[in-house]
Amino acid sequence: MYRYDEFDQKLVSERVEQFERQVERRLSGELTEDQFKPLRLMNGLYLQLHAYMLRVNVPYGTLSSRQMRTFADIARKYDRGFGHFTTRQNIQYNWIKLEDAPQILRDLADVEVTAIQSSGNCVRNITSDQYAGCARDELADPRKYCELLRQYSVLHPEFSYLPRKFKIAVTGSPNDRAAVAVHDIGLRMHRNDAGAIGFEVLVGGGLGRLPYIGHTIREWIDPEDILSYVEAILRIYNLHGRRDNIHKARIKIIVNQMGIEKYRELVEAEFERIKNGSLKVPAEEIERIDAYFAPPEHETLSDEGGLLAAQGAESPEFARWLDSNTVAHKLPGYSIVNIPLKAVGKPPGDVDADTMDTLADLADRFSFGEIRVSHRQNLTFVDVRQRDLMTVWRELDALDLARPVLDAISDMICCPGLDYCALANARSIPVADDINRRFVDVDELADVGELKINISGCMNACGHHHVGHIGILGVDKRGKEFFQLTLGGSSDQNASLGDRLGPGLPQDEVPEAIAAIVEQYKTLREEGERFLDTYRRVGIEPFKAAVYDSEEPKVVA
Amino acid sequence: MRMIIANRLVDGLVVFYQENGGWSEDIAEGAVITDEAEAARCFKAAKSDEENCIVIDPNLIDVTDESGSMRPVAIREAIRAFGPTV
Repeated sequence: MYRYDEFDQKLVSERVEQFERQVERRLSGELTEDQFKPLRLMNGLYLQLHAYMLRVNVPYGTLSSRQMRTFADIARKYDRGFGHFTTRQNIQYNWIKLEDAPQILRDLADVEVTAIQSSGNCVRNITSDQYAGCARDELADPRKYCELLRQYSVLHPEFSYLPRKFKIAVTGSPNDRAAVAVHDIGLRMHRNDAGAIGFEVLVGGGLGRLPYIGHTIREWIDPEDILSYVEAILRIYNLHGRRDNIHKARIKIIVNQMGIEKYRELVEAEFERIKNGSLKVPAEEIERIDAYFAPPEHETLSDEGGLLAAQGAESPEFARWLDSNTVAHKLPGYSIVNIPLKAVGKPPGDVDADTMDTLADLADRFSFGEIRVSHRQNLTFVDVRQRDLMTVWRELDALDLARPVLDAISDMICCPGLDYCALANARSIPVADDINRRFVDVDELADVGELKINISGCMNACGHHHVGHIGILGVDKRGKEFFQLTLGGSSDQNASLGDRLGPGLPQDEVPEAIAAIVEQYKTLREEGERFLDTYRRVGIEPFKAAVYDSEEPKVVA
Repeated sequence: MRMIIANRLVDGLVVFYQENGGWSEDIAEGAVITDEAEAARCFKAAKSDEENCIVIDPNLIDVTDESGSMRPVAIREAIRAFGPTV
């Protein structure tokens, strides 16, 4: 992973000093809240319902065990003993005191972690595939390009006061696990006929009140031109983006207002102007950064399928976990282990401090000291030897982190919602918990298979409800919490926005509505179809009937 | 009936304006406001405390008496008063 050089460390330390003085001036009254707010946001500090919330960057979801232990220490020392992993691969702390914030940032800086630009009207954390560097379906590790973009965008003087936030995601695999189609800029890696790597550039995707799938602004950009092209996009956005209305200020608004052809014209003209300037990335620079992402010292192993089959025969539970939560590694003898943070009775994505420490230890023992964060609010060990899987399973099971639920109903995305967030209209966490309890049986979960439920407590869609196979949106109707369901969303390479199912439901009707949808799916599905496939084939009517009609659900032949 | 709710500047915790002009984390210790004149007076004092860097964003909220305990009417303010429901 990337290691700070002297320059990075100095910059981060100075930023902490600067913020500490800003906090002092706020506490003394020298700065008003209006003056202070944009400054604290650019250091990741929000004021939420109960306290300050600090959002800490986990660049492209890559974390060392040492950094995880610091996350645990911060949770214990400055918070209420836990942290929350988010849909942008970051970690959030909910109970921060303003007066502690500078010291927390200092503690983070000591392990090369920052909260710089995790919020604010600037380029946010660059997110990516949690399997980066290890996936079989990957063309190349996307993280070196993420790191390049991170260094480019952090404290960029021209783009520190954009019209609104700006989110970039990168995938190195055609199977998009990074949701690039619903980001402000999405980068999709391709290989050309000559075998070289390049990127398709998407622009203007986004969720929130007005969701859009991103448009391809350019089919191919060479890596050496990536910064110039991103700069061109940002510059045109900065010049033309609306500043009169925060709900109309994202890049998706002007791209769709102007039309992609016009936006492309402006960007291409700017790109032509600057592409041979200082942002052209020399091959040596890409190699220099790439060196930080050199793979760990893997052993040369053979595939251990036989061993795993034998172990699975002895322990069906282990077999089920293998099948659900592990994914093939590109190297024989290794495996990718997913750790869903979706235990019954716990908020999705939350981890307590002791568990963080134990996971750090497990990472050291079994995965070269590295942990990945997924935008689905889970963690991953990407380099586990197959012969260690039984041990890892037992250790995770002891932490209640081995439920075989990856991509299944229980593996929900869920924002903090009205229990924590000042923007929310409804509580999302209790809805997730109700659904989790309703679908506790792992056999049923396995039978239903892949069904991604995404829950947002308000239209800002931090829970990605628009791109859930089932999306749940909390709304306020005359002071009461109601939940609108959408069906058929997807954030992968065949991205789609969900269709509204019908009128909002009260909280206590949501689990049964999900159950009715699941039953209808089981009735209608053909061989090999996931829920999403069945939905795309049969449409919304049978599911509408299943949830809203008082008679028996209509079965469409 | 109304009360004044705010976040304390230094730690962000939710606090309620008190009769004696202070701020308490416990809604039970908050001043219950029953008339317009009192509301105006208390709110003015609260805004002054905002200017003096004690609290942020004070607001008058509706409360109801639930068997002797004060409870905000709006669910959002109730969650602020009593903490997350999860």
